[in-house]
Amino acid sequence: MQSLTIPLLVILGLTITGYFLAKTRALQVAGGDIRKLVSLPKQHALNTVLATAIPPLAAIVLFSLYRRLAEAEGSWLFTLVVIALAVTGFALSLIGIKQESRARTFAERWIMGLLIFASTIAIMTTVGIVFSMLFETFNFFEQYDWRDFFFSANWSPNFRGNSDLGILPLLWGTLYISFIALLFAVPIGLFAAIYLSEYASSRMRSVAKPAIEILAGIPTIVYGLFALVTVGPFLRDYFASPMGLGQSASSVMTAGLVMGVMLIPFVSSLSDDIINAVPQAMRDGSFGLGATKSETIRQVVIPAALPGIVGAVLLAASRAIGETMIVVLGAGAAARLSLNPFEAMTTVTVKIVSQLTGDTDFASPETLVAFALGLTLFVITLGLNVFALFIVRKYREQYE
Amino acid sequence: MTTSLLTTDARTKKRNAAEARFKAYGLGAIIVAMLALVILLTSVLGNGLSSFQQTFISLNVELPEDKLDKSGVRDISVMSKVTTIGYAPILRNALLATLEEQGIETDLSNKEISNMISKEAAATVRNRVLGSPDLVGQTVQFDVLASGRIDGFFKGRVTMESAALDGNTSPEALEIAQALADAGIMQTKFNWNFFVWPDASDQRPEAAGIGVAILGSLYMMLIVLCLALPIGVASSIYLEEFAPKNRWTDVIEVNISNLAAVPSIVFGILGLAIFINFMEFNQSSPLVGGLVLTLMTLPTIIISTRAALKSVPPSIRDAALGVGASKMQSVFHHVLPLAAPGILTGTIIGLAQALGETAPLLLIGMVAFVREYPAAFTPESGLFGEASTALPVQVYNWTQRADPGFVERASGAIITLLVFLLIMNAVAIYLRRRFERRW
Amino acid sequence: MEDMIQMDRTMSTQQDIKIEAKNVQVYYGDNHAIKDVDVQIADKTVTAFIGPSGCGKSTFLRCINRMNDTIDVCRVTGDILLDGEDIYDPKVDPVQLRAKVGMVFQKPNPFPKSIYDNVAYGPKIHGLARDKTDLDEIVEKSLRKAALWNEVKDRLNAPGTGMSGGQQQRLCIARAIATAPEVLLMDEPCSALDPIATAQVEELIDELRQSFSVVIVTHSMQQAARVSQKTAFFHLGNLVEFDDTDKIFTNPQDPRTESYISGRIG
Repeated sequence: MQSLTIPLLVILGLTITGYFLAKTRALQVAGGDIRKLVSLPKQHALNTVLATAIPPLAAIVLFSLYRRLAEAEGSWLFTLVVIALAVTGFALSLIGIKQESRARTFAERWIMGLLIFASTIAIMTTVGIVFSMLFETFNFFEQYDWRDFFFSANWSPNFRGNSDLGILPLLWGTLYISFIALLFAVPIGLFAAIYLSEYASSRMRSVAKPAIEILAGIPTIVYGLFALVTVGPFLRDYFASPMGLGQSASSVMTAGLVMGVMLIPFVSSLSDDIINAVPQAMRDGSFGLGATKSETIRQVVIPAALPGIVGAVLLAASRAIGETMIVVLGAGAAARLSLNPFEAMTTVTVKIVSQLTGDTDFASPETLVAFALGLTLFVITLGLNVFALFIVRKYREQYE
Repeated sequence: MTTSLLTTDARTKKRNAAEARFKAYGLGAIIVAMLALVILLTSVLGNGLSSFQQTFISLNVELPEDKLDKSGVRDISVMSKVTTIGYAPILRNALLATLEEQGIETDLSNKEISNMISKEAAATVRNRVLGSPDLVGQTVQFDVLASGRIDGFFKGRVTMESAALDGNTSPEALEIAQALADAGIMQTKFNWNFFVWPDASDQRPEAAGIGVAILGSLYMMLIVLCLALPIGVASSIYLEEFAPKNRWTDVIEVNISNLAAVPSIVFGILGLAIFINFMEFNQSSPLVGGLVLTLMTLPTIIISTRAALKSVPPSIRDAALGVGASKMQSVFHHVLPLAAPGILTGTIIGLAQALGETAPLLLIGMVAFVREYPAAFTPESGLFGEASTALPVQVYNWTQRADPGFVERASGAIITLLVFLLIMNAVAIYLRRRFERRW
Repeated sequence: MEDMIQMDRTMSTQQDIKIEAKNVQVYYGDNHAIKDVDVQIADKTVTAFIGPSGCGKSTFLRCINRMNDTIDVCRVTGDILLDGEDIYDPKVDPVQLRAKVGMVFQKPNPFPKSIYDNVAYGPKIHGLARDKTDLDEIVEKSLRKAALWNEVKDRLNAPGTGMSGGQQQRLCIARAIATAPEVLLMDEPCSALDPIATAQVEELIDELRQSFSVVIVTHSMQQAARVSQKTAFFHLGNLVEFDDTDKIFTNPQDPRTESYISGRIG
């Protein structure tokens, strides 16, 4: 970090000097009459600033990516390179100032380069995600048989080695909790959307809609604490215990219910968009035949909106599967294949957190398994998202 | 001819009943959703509001020279050899003296009396003494923290029954506390320190605060704002205004909408693998947290910025091009300023999301126990490189502690977090209302 | 004008009066959209409502089966009698009313279902069929009446949205007929169709007159002249003139009617 201070100061100094020098020089070559210039003095100045700053800064970004490789060379060489780049850009752009030179075009090329670079960051993020996980997953499968990982029903990491790291119980917990969450959120979210868009008075809408949106803005850690402190003990004391189904406050039911609450606004706002996209003419046609509102909704609006609603449910499912904090605080840590929803179970995301926040050796399979879990999670959610977005887009096109 | 319109036939009655049922389901769904919101908020407020108050004991503490500064020269380096363990008996004696003064009889052991005062109190007194050594030898009035159990008693968390089973307190101690409170010596009052103090260890929930967490969150929001806003706006401008429609830009588009739906924990894995393991940035630092949150927020900002750019009508661009501006000038001089309110609103909403995000920060080590306020810049660890924590992570951290006093702290931190989010969203709504333009 | 309507009334009573509107006012919020309309619509005839855009002809049409109920700000006063019963009586269920007074809309709006299900929708919700054979029969009869049977009998399970515009509109007519209505309201049914499809629908309307009282709103005077026996001219929310179609087009009484049909307003 220290090694960057000097080059950064040099770049800053050169750009500021360059700005004023370029302005003066542009006026000079024009003999004080700016009408003789093809580009304005401030455009020359902008070009100088960009030419001075961008190449060395790009070098610094590249360098920090490869710092581990460059370290051996000693960073003074690098410092020289950066400063040289800045000086070259500075000098070339200043020398290039002539009456007829098109500084604006050059400056715009620099800016376009920056814009293109910015738009590739999203791609680089995805690539970064995939490669970082692939790399460590390969490391993991070198130490642990992939068949055991994918097909073993046993999860019991052992910090002295010799662990069983089967993903099945984690997947089961994930899917079970997501299922309960959707079972809760989809009917409520859908009915809420239907009521708000077809029945509610405008006053009721103006109260209920923001209230449901507030649910969407609440961070998941809040839901997690709610599960841990309120919902879990409540379910245990009033349902699980009296029915003899278990003594655990953290359970599939706890996490599923709270996650369901979290998903209500998600399902309802997506369904709302989709229901509103069904043309009014379709409703009029049904009313004109003497159908009641509910008949129209059930037999015309919902079937017409069905693909969109399926897409929304898939997006909600992907959310549920990838959700972390609610399950960390509400579901428990025990890997288990059981049908009893009042038992504590665990999920893929919980185990990613627990394996990566422990104090184990980073190269051990017990830690590396988190990357394999992460990759599995990424692939599942990506598949759901791509499919859901595809359905929703097809649906939108149908009514446009 | 068919039946009269004025009588409702049986079938219509049945259909109308079905209609009423259906409508009731809808209303029921709304009520369930609202109820969930109300229960959630009451639960958090009910658990957390008390964290803004704290019980203090007002003690006249005699600061004996023979214990605190045997040499008598008031040399700080010598005085600081007396640790908090040396200060604890002084506080206990002060409390005993107060009890005697008030005529409160007790047969509690010295240890039990000590347990009524927070372990943090000794440190408070010590810091004050080391700050002004002249106090030694005098009797000074201190407002020191009562222990978590005593504090819990005044907040209703600890009862006589639970105290009877508790190793850290006893019903007798609570009775004394009540007597002290009646005498006005023990008071539960607003505790500004909650927002300022750093985290505290497992045994002293009464001293735990969210100062470091707020600072860490603030640093990260700064980083997100400084990186995600320019990058997001630049990439939106390129995609919306300049990009040719080809396969490459299609890939970017699909990629952005998918990135917005990638589980947040995956970004944590990315941060751990790239920023910490590969680029070797400091673990637990706001820098890494900020970078991870930047990548997470980017899709949100890009999506809303593109919507804002799209809503600027093409006639504006045509007008600028018509007077001879370049495409770049038309975008930067005309389109961007007109889209600014929309961009700003989207950015604030993205920041609010980032502020509440927890899972990725757990993976990059922000769960660490941090008691030092992180500096924004140090020569050793660079910009935002010092270990820190963040508000939502602090909440998670406290949920993992054994002492029930930390549940109150966690809920208090959440209330603070929600207030921040509320303010941010209110600002976003205000901006949208104030500057919204319909074409 | 007053005595003209009076005269008109005595003429109409010779036929069966199906719908009688008295003193009808419609308000959209503060906007007084229909002012004081009185009209008598005969059974087994085609009545056309003509007039410039925004004159209230569609609004009035939508009053007859209370479709305006679905618009929150819309308020209707006055009486509309169907077979002598006030359809705005609080005891009347609009659902039952609309089964008797079917409606066809400006743009063909088949449901995204099969052709069969489109036609069967009304009979199903109103419980008009005892069993599947019964339903099949209703569907076939309706499609035949709508002159569509021969074109679609081999693809009843194909989606209704996949047909041509003219076919879609005739499907919507078949759908309306299937609930066995007594009155059929048509809101510019040909405005979204090409000339050939228009001709087919117009021919169909003429045949429908055998079984129903048809009320059609149209912006095309030629169409009104071709299909209707009675014509009502609306202007700025008023019913200006109502008479036999021939008379309206050859010898209008009101100067406004005359300037409209001669193309000076509209």
